[in-house]
Amino acid sequence: MSGPLTPSQTVGPFFGVGLPFEKGEQLVTPGSAGAIRLEGQVLDGNGEPVPDALLEIWQPGTGFGRARTDSEGAFSFTTAKPGAAPAPDGRLQAPHLNVTVFARGLLRHLVTRMYFPDEAEANATDPVLNLVEPARRGTLIAKNCGGVLHFDVRLQGEQETVFFAI
Amino acid sequence: MSDDEREPPYLYPDYVGTRLRAPARPLVQLPEGFHDFPAPLFPREIAELDHDLTRRHAGEPIGERIIVTGRVVDSHGRPLRQTIVEIWQANAAGRYLDQDDQHPAPLDPNFSGAGRCLTDGEGRYRFITIKPGAYPWKNHRNAWRPAHIHFSLLGGEFRSRLVTQMYFPGDPLMPRDPILQSIPDQAGRERLVSRFDPDTTIPEWALAYRWDIVLRGRAATPFEAER
Repeated sequence: MSGPLTPSQTVGPFFGVGLPFEKGEQLVTPGSAGAIRLEGQVLDGNGEPVPDALLEIWQPGTGFGRARTDSEGAFSFTTAKPGAAPAPDGRLQAPHLNVTVFARGLLRHLVTRMYFPDEAEANATDPVLNLVEPARRGTLIAKNCGGVLHFDVRLQGEQETVFFAI
Repeated sequence: MSDDEREPPYLYPDYVGTRLRAPARPLVQLPEGFHDFPAPLFPREIAELDHDLTRRHAGEPIGERIIVTGRVVDSHGRPLRQTIVEIWQANAAGRYLDQDDQHPAPLDPNFSGAGRCLTDGEGRYRFITIKPGAYPWKNHRNAWRPAHIHFSLLGGEFRSRLVTQMYFPGDPLMPRDPILQSIPDQAGRERLVSRFDPDTTIPEWALAYRWDIVLRGRAATPFEAER
Protein backbone atom coordinates (compact mmCIF):
# COMPACT_ATOMS: atom_id res chain seq x y z
CA MET A 1 0.00 0.00 0.00
CA SER A 2 1.24 3.48 -0.79
CA GLY A 3 0.21 6.54 -2.72
CA PRO A 4 -1.91 9.46 -1.60
CA LEU A 5 -1.44 10.70 1.93
CA THR A 6 -4.04 10.32 4.62
CA PRO A 7 -5.66 13.77 4.88
CA SER A 8 -5.55 15.89 8.00
CA GLN A 9 -8.51 16.72 10.25
CA THR A 10 -8.82 19.14 13.13
CA VAL A 11 -7.63 18.17 16.60
CA GLY A 12 -11.06 19.42 17.78
CA PRO A 13 -11.84 20.91 21.18
CA PHE A 14 -11.58 17.73 23.27
CA PHE A 15 -7.98 16.60 22.77
CA GLY A 16 -7.29 17.25 26.45
CA VAL A 17 -7.97 13.64 27.39
CA GLY A 18 -5.57 12.28 24.78
CA LEU A 19 -2.65 14.51 23.92
CA PRO A 20 -1.27 16.64 26.78
CA PHE A 21 0.90 14.70 29.21
CA GLU A 22 2.58 15.48 32.49
CA LYS A 23 5.63 17.73 32.14
CA GLY A 24 5.13 17.76 28.37
CA GLU A 25 5.97 21.47 28.39
CA GLN A 26 9.38 20.80 29.94
CA LEU A 27 12.02 20.02 27.32
CA VAL A 28 14.57 20.57 30.09
CA THR A 29 14.12 20.67 33.87
CA PRO A 30 13.10 24.14 35.09
CA GLY A 31 15.92 25.76 37.01
CA SER A 32 18.61 23.60 35.41
CA ALA A 33 21.65 25.27 33.85
CA GLY A 34 20.68 27.08 30.67
CA ALA A 35 16.93 26.54 31.10
CA ILE A 36 14.83 29.28 29.51
CA ARG A 37 11.16 29.94 30.02
CA LEU A 38 8.96 30.74 27.07
CA GLU A 39 5.43 32.13 27.46
CA GLY A 40 2.83 33.22 24.97
CA GLN A 41 -0.76 33.38 23.94
CA VAL A 42 -2.62 32.02 20.92
CA LEU A 43 -5.07 34.58 19.49
CA ASP A 44 -7.71 34.45 16.76
CA GLY A 45 -8.58 36.97 14.04
CA ASN A 46 -10.52 39.12 16.52
CA GLY A 47 -7.62 39.11 18.98
CA GLU A 48 -9.57 36.77 21.26
CA PRO A 49 -7.69 34.04 23.15
CA VAL A 50 -7.80 30.52 21.70
CA PRO A 51 -8.34 28.25 24.72
CA ASP A 52 -8.32 25.00 22.74
CA ALA A 53 -4.95 25.02 21.00
CA LEU A 54 -2.04 22.61 21.38
CA LEU A 55 1.55 23.57 20.62
CA GLU A 56 4.54 21.35 20.02
CA ILE A 57 8.22 22.20 19.91
CA TRP A 58 10.49 19.85 17.97
CA GLN A 59 14.04 20.74 18.89
CA PRO A 60 16.75 18.54 17.38
CA GLY A 61 19.30 17.69 20.05
CA THR A 62 17.13 18.86 22.95
CA GLY A 63 13.81 17.14 22.75
CA PHE A 64 10.09 17.25 22.19
CA GLY A 65 7.68 19.55 24.00
CA ARG A 66 3.90 19.69 24.04
CA ALA A 67 1.61 22.15 25.84
CA ARG A 68 -2.03 23.15 25.55
CA THR A 69 -3.43 26.64 25.98
CA ASP A 70 -5.51 27.53 29.04
CA SER A 71 -8.77 29.49 29.22
CA GLU A 72 -6.78 32.69 28.48
CA GLY A 73 -5.13 31.14 25.42
CA ALA A 74 -1.83 31.09 27.31
CA PHE A 75 0.88 28.44 27.08
CA SER A 76 4.42 28.03 28.39
CA PHE A 77 7.50 25.89 27.78
CA THR A 78 10.83 25.41 29.49
CA THR A 79 13.65 24.59 27.12
CA ALA A 80 17.27 25.28 26.27
CA LYS A 81 18.38 27.75 23.66
CA PRO A 82 19.67 25.92 20.58
CA GLY A 83 22.81 26.94 18.78
CA ALA A 84 23.08 28.22 15.23
CA ALA A 85 22.75 25.27 12.85
CA PRO A 86 23.57 24.77 9.20
CA ALA A 87 20.64 24.60 6.77
CA PRO A 88 20.49 21.74 4.24
CA ASP A 89 22.05 24.08 1.67
CA GLY A 90 24.99 24.85 3.98
CA ARG A 91 23.96 28.36 5.00
CA LEU A 92 23.94 29.07 8.72
CA GLN A 93 20.52 29.44 10.39
CA ALA A 94 20.05 31.64 13.44
CA PRO A 95 19.03 29.81 16.62
CA HIS A 96 15.31 29.07 16.48
CA LEU A 97 12.59 26.72 17.72
CA ASN A 98 10.24 24.82 15.40
CA VAL A 99 6.72 25.45 16.67
CA THR A 100 3.67 23.47 15.52
CA VAL A 101 0.13 24.66 16.28
CA PHE A 102 -3.03 22.53 16.43
CA ALA A 103 -6.48 23.87 17.40
CA ARG A 104 -10.18 23.45 17.01
CA GLY A 105 -10.89 25.27 13.75
CA LEU A 106 -7.53 24.33 12.21
CA LEU A 107 -8.22 21.59 9.69
CA ARG A 108 -4.43 21.19 9.27
CA HIS A 109 -1.74 22.08 11.73
CA LEU A 110 0.39 25.18 11.29
CA VAL A 111 4.16 25.43 11.44
CA THR A 112 6.10 28.48 12.49
CA ARG A 113 9.49 29.35 14.01
CA MET A 114 10.47 31.28 17.09
CA TYR A 115 13.73 33.25 16.86
CA PHE A 116 15.62 34.85 19.73
CA PRO A 117 15.67 38.59 20.46
CA ASP A 118 19.35 38.64 21.47
CA GLU A 119 20.54 37.33 18.09
CA ALA A 120 20.09 40.44 15.95
CA GLU A 121 23.20 39.70 13.88
CA ALA A 122 22.38 36.04 13.19
CA ASN A 123 18.73 36.87 12.58
CA ALA A 124 19.72 39.48 9.99
CA THR A 125 21.39 36.83 7.81
CA ASP A 126 19.06 33.91 8.56
CA PRO A 127 17.97 32.33 5.27
CA VAL A 128 14.39 31.75 6.43
CA LEU A 129 13.80 35.16 8.00
CA ASN A 130 15.09 36.64 4.77
CA LEU A 131 12.34 34.86 2.83
CA VAL A 132 9.78 36.81 4.84
CA GLU A 133 8.80 40.37 3.96
CA PRO A 134 10.59 42.67 6.44
CA ALA A 135 7.38 44.07 7.94
CA ARG A 136 6.32 40.58 9.07
CA ARG A 137 9.64 39.25 10.39
CA GLY A 138 8.93 40.61 13.85
CA THR A 139 6.10 38.10 14.30
CA LEU A 140 8.76 35.35 14.40
CA ILE A 141 11.07 36.95 16.99
CA ALA A 142 10.29 36.50 20.69
CA LYS A 143 10.46 39.45 23.08
CA ASN A 144 12.50 39.41 26.27
CA CYS A 145 10.21 40.32 29.17
CA GLY A 146 12.33 40.33 32.32
CA GLY A 147 14.22 37.16 31.45
CA VAL A 148 11.16 35.30 30.12
CA LEU A 149 10.77 34.97 26.37
CA HIS A 150 7.37 36.04 25.12
CA PHE A 151 6.03 34.69 21.82
CA ASP A 152 2.41 35.12 20.75
CA VAL A 153 0.83 33.17 17.92
CA ARG A 154 -1.73 35.23 15.99
CA LEU A 155 -3.64 32.91 13.70
CA GLN A 156 -5.20 35.69 11.64
CA GLY A 157 -5.43 39.47 11.39
CA GLU A 158 -3.27 42.58 11.36
CA GLN A 159 -0.24 41.06 13.12
CA GLU A 160 -0.78 37.54 11.77
CA THR A 161 2.16 35.26 12.59
CA VAL A 162 4.14 34.04 9.61
CA PHE A 163 3.42 30.35 8.99
CA PHE A 164 5.40 28.06 6.71
CA ALA A 165 4.21 25.49 4.21
CA ILE A 166 4.96 22.00 5.46
CA MET B 1 -3.54 16.67 -7.74
CA SER B 2 -0.65 17.63 -5.49
CA ASP B 3 -0.44 16.47 -1.88
CA ASP B 4 -1.42 19.98 -0.79
CA GLU B 5 -4.50 20.07 -2.99
CA ARG B 6 -5.75 16.88 -1.36
CA GLU B 7 -5.64 18.40 2.12
CA PRO B 8 -8.51 20.41 3.58
CA PRO B 9 -8.07 24.18 3.18
CA TYR B 10 -7.45 26.27 6.28
CA LEU B 11 -10.53 28.38 5.56
CA TYR B 12 -13.68 26.30 5.10
CA PRO B 13 -16.56 28.62 6.08
CA ASP B 14 -19.09 25.77 6.53
CA TYR B 15 -16.94 24.75 9.49
CA VAL B 16 -17.53 27.93 11.46
CA GLY B 17 -14.48 27.43 13.68
CA THR B 18 -12.15 28.06 10.71
CA ARG B 19 -13.43 31.57 10.03
CA LEU B 20 -11.40 33.42 12.66
CA ARG B 21 -8.60 30.89 12.93
CA ALA B 22 -7.51 30.26 9.34
CA PRO B 23 -4.46 32.34 8.42
CA ALA B 24 -5.41 34.91 5.77
CA ARG B 25 -1.87 35.33 4.41
CA PRO B 26 -0.29 32.72 2.16
CA LEU B 27 2.05 30.27 3.88
CA VAL B 28 5.74 30.95 3.23
CA GLN B 29 7.44 28.20 1.25
CA LEU B 30 10.83 27.09 2.59
CA PRO B 31 13.59 25.81 0.30
CA GLU B 32 13.68 22.04 -0.13
CA GLY B 33 15.02 20.15 2.86
CA PHE B 34 14.49 22.85 5.49
CA HIS B 35 11.67 20.84 7.04
CA ASP B 36 13.43 17.51 6.73
CA PHE B 37 14.61 16.54 10.17
CA PRO B 38 13.86 13.57 12.41
CA ALA B 39 11.51 13.63 15.37
CA PRO B 40 13.22 14.04 18.72
CA LEU B 41 12.76 11.28 21.25
CA PHE B 42 9.12 11.25 22.35
CA PRO B 43 9.23 11.65 26.12
CA ARG B 44 5.82 10.15 26.92
CA GLU B 45 5.71 6.73 28.46
CA ILE B 46 3.81 4.03 26.55
CA ALA B 47 2.74 1.19 28.82
CA GLU B 48 1.79 -2.28 27.68
CA LEU B 49 -1.95 -1.86 28.23
CA ASP B 50 -2.21 1.67 26.86
CA HIS B 51 -3.62 0.27 23.61
CA ASP B 52 -6.64 -1.21 25.44
CA LEU B 53 -9.16 1.50 26.32
CA THR B 54 -11.52 -1.06 27.85
CA ARG B 55 -9.17 -2.06 30.68
CA ARG B 56 -8.26 1.24 32.30
CA HIS B 57 -10.81 1.12 35.13
CA ALA B 58 -12.31 -1.31 37.61
CA GLY B 59 -15.11 -2.36 35.25
CA GLU B 60 -15.65 -2.57 31.52
CA PRO B 61 -17.07 0.39 29.63
CA ILE B 62 -20.59 0.27 28.21
CA GLY B 63 -20.71 0.00 24.43
CA GLU B 64 -19.92 -2.11 21.43
CA ARG B 65 -16.39 -3.51 21.95
CA ILE B 66 -14.26 -3.13 18.82
CA ILE B 67 -10.73 -3.75 17.62
CA VAL B 68 -9.18 -1.04 15.46
CA THR B 69 -6.07 -2.03 13.51
CA GLY B 70 -4.10 -0.93 10.49
CA ARG B 71 -0.70 -0.20 9.04
CA VAL B 72 1.21 3.05 9.03
CA VAL B 73 3.37 3.51 5.92
CA ASP B 74 5.04 6.37 4.10
CA SER B 75 4.06 7.47 0.61
CA HIS B 76 6.53 4.96 -0.87
CA GLY B 77 4.70 2.17 0.95
CA ARG B 78 7.49 1.59 3.46
CA PRO B 79 6.25 0.59 6.93
CA LEU B 80 6.82 3.12 9.69
CA ARG B 81 8.07 1.08 12.63
CA GLN B 82 8.05 2.11 16.28
CA THR B 83 5.90 5.09 15.45
CA ILE B 84 3.77 6.69 18.16
CA VAL B 85 0.01 6.44 17.64
CA GLU B 86 -2.17 8.34 20.11
CA ILE B 87 -5.98 8.20 20.01
CA TRP B 88 -8.88 9.80 21.87
CA GLN B 89 -12.62 9.56 21.46
CA ALA B 90 -16.10 10.03 22.92
CA ASN B 91 -17.76 7.22 24.86
CA ALA B 92 -20.58 5.07 23.48
CA ALA B 93 -23.10 7.78 24.38
CA GLY B 94 -21.19 10.46 22.45
CA ARG B 95 -19.68 12.21 25.48
CA TYR B 96 -16.02 13.11 26.02
CA LEU B 97 -14.37 13.08 29.40
CA ASP B 98 -13.78 16.84 29.14
CA GLN B 99 -15.22 19.56 31.33
CA ASP B 100 -15.99 21.64 28.24
CA ASP B 101 -18.16 18.91 26.72
CA GLN B 102 -21.70 20.03 27.56
CA HIS B 103 -23.59 17.33 25.66
CA PRO B 104 -26.27 16.03 28.07
CA ALA B 105 -25.30 12.39 27.64
CA PRO B 106 -23.92 10.21 30.43
CA LEU B 107 -20.25 9.87 31.28
CA ASP B 108 -19.05 6.31 31.76
CA PRO B 109 -17.01 5.78 34.94
CA ASN B 110 -15.22 2.92 33.18
CA PHE B 111 -14.16 4.85 30.09
CA SER B 112 -11.67 7.70 29.73
CA GLY B 113 -11.36 7.48 25.95
CA ALA B 114 -7.59 7.83 25.44
CA GLY B 115 -5.02 5.29 24.29
CA ARG B 116 -1.63 5.01 22.66
CA CYS B 117 0.73 2.45 21.21
CA LEU B 118 3.82 1.98 19.07
CA THR B 119 3.65 0.39 15.64
CA ASP B 120 5.36 -2.98 15.29
CA GLY B 121 8.03 -4.14 12.86
CA GLU B 122 5.56 -4.04 9.96
CA GLY B 123 4.09 -0.67 10.87
CA ARG B 124 0.97 -2.19 12.40
CA TYR B 125 -0.98 -0.72 15.28
CA ARG B 126 -3.85 -2.25 17.26
CA PHE B 127 -6.33 -0.76 19.72
CA ILE B 128 -9.18 -2.28 21.68
CA THR B 129 -11.94 0.17 22.49
CA ILE B 130 -15.68 0.70 22.25
CA LYS B 131 -17.44 2.24 19.29
CA PRO B 132 -17.86 5.98 19.95
CA GLY B 133 -21.28 7.58 19.69
CA ALA B 134 -22.27 10.49 17.46
CA TYR B 135 -22.73 13.80 19.27
CA PRO B 136 -24.24 17.21 18.59
CA TRP B 137 -22.13 20.34 18.16
CA LYS B 138 -23.21 23.88 17.65
CA ASN B 139 -21.69 24.50 14.21
CA HIS B 140 -25.10 24.90 12.56
CA ARG B 141 -28.70 23.96 13.34
CA ASN B 142 -29.00 20.27 14.30
CA ALA B 143 -25.31 19.59 13.59
CA TRP B 144 -24.04 16.14 14.62
CA ARG B 145 -20.55 14.76 14.28
CA PRO B 146 -20.40 11.28 12.74
CA ALA B 147 -18.84 8.68 15.04
CA HIS B 148 -15.05 9.07 14.87
CA ILE B 149 -11.79 8.33 16.64
CA HIS B 150 -9.10 11.03 16.74
CA PHE B 151 -5.61 9.87 15.72
CA SER B 152 -2.29 11.61 16.27
CA LEU B 153 0.88 10.23 14.63
CA LEU B 154 4.46 11.39 14.91
CA GLY B 155 5.85 9.32 12.06
CA GLY B 156 9.52 9.95 12.78
CA GLU B 157 9.95 13.07 10.67
CA PHE B 158 8.85 16.67 11.12
CA ARG B 159 6.97 16.55 7.82
CA SER B 160 5.21 13.29 8.65
CA ARG B 161 3.32 14.71 11.66
CA LEU B 162 -0.41 14.05 11.28
CA VAL B 163 -3.50 14.63 13.37
CA THR B 164 -6.68 13.29 11.80
CA GLN B 165 -9.91 11.39 12.45
CA MET B 166 -11.06 7.89 11.55
CA TYR B 167 -14.71 7.33 10.63
CA PHE B 168 -16.90 4.23 10.40
CA PRO B 169 -18.33 2.76 7.18
CA GLY B 170 -21.93 3.56 6.31
CA ASP B 171 -22.39 6.39 8.81
CA PRO B 172 -25.25 8.54 7.43
CA LEU B 173 -23.87 11.64 9.15
CA MET B 174 -20.70 11.72 7.04
CA PRO B 175 -22.13 13.56 3.99
CA ARG B 176 -23.51 16.24 6.34
CA ASP B 177 -20.31 16.78 8.32
CA PRO B 178 -18.38 19.92 7.29
CA ILE B 179 -15.19 18.69 8.96
CA LEU B 180 -15.04 15.54 6.80
CA GLN B 181 -16.47 17.37 3.76
CA SER B 182 -13.67 19.96 3.98
CA ILE B 183 -11.46 17.40 2.22
CA PRO B 184 -11.76 18.41 -1.44
CA ASP B 185 -12.11 15.06 -3.19
CA GLN B 186 -14.25 12.00 -2.56
CA ALA B 187 -11.25 9.66 -2.68
CA GLY B 188 -9.59 11.70 0.06
CA ARG B 189 -12.69 11.57 2.25
CA GLU B 190 -12.91 7.81 1.74
CA ARG B 191 -9.32 7.47 2.96
CA LEU B 192 -10.57 8.47 6.41
CA VAL B 193 -13.26 5.78 6.53
CA SER B 194 -12.28 2.48 8.11
CA ARG B 195 -13.64 -0.77 6.74
CA PHE B 196 -15.26 -3.62 8.57
CA ASP B 197 -12.61 -6.33 8.87
CA PRO B 198 -14.18 -9.78 9.43
CA ASP B 199 -10.75 -11.48 9.48
CA THR B 200 -9.67 -9.52 12.55
CA THR B 201 -13.01 -9.85 14.32
CA ILE B 202 -12.78 -12.15 17.35
CA PRO B 203 -15.77 -14.52 17.48
CA GLU B 204 -17.98 -14.15 20.54
CA TRP B 205 -15.99 -11.11 21.64
CA ALA B 206 -15.45 -8.09 19.36
CA LEU B 207 -15.97 -6.71 15.85
CA ALA B 208 -12.99 -5.22 14.06
CA TYR B 209 -12.31 -2.26 11.79
CA ARG B 210 -9.24 -1.75 9.66
CA TRP B 211 -7.77 1.62 8.80
CA ASP B 212 -4.41 2.15 7.08
CA ILE B 213 -2.56 5.44 7.29
CA VAL B 214 -0.11 6.98 4.79
CA LEU B 215 2.22 9.64 6.17
CA ARG B 216 4.37 12.11 4.30
CA GLY B 217 8.02 11.09 4.25
CA ARG B 218 11.11 13.09 3.50
CA ALA B 219 10.99 14.98 0.22
CA ALA B 220 12.11 12.41 -2.37
CA THR B 221 15.79 12.59 -3.11
CA PRO B 222 17.12 11.51 -6.53
CA PHE B 223 18.58 8.46 -4.76
CA GLU B 224 15.19 7.41 -3.47
CA ALA B 225 13.48 8.10 -6.79
CA GLU B 226 15.82 5.62 -8.50
CA ARG B 227 15.10 2.76 -6.16
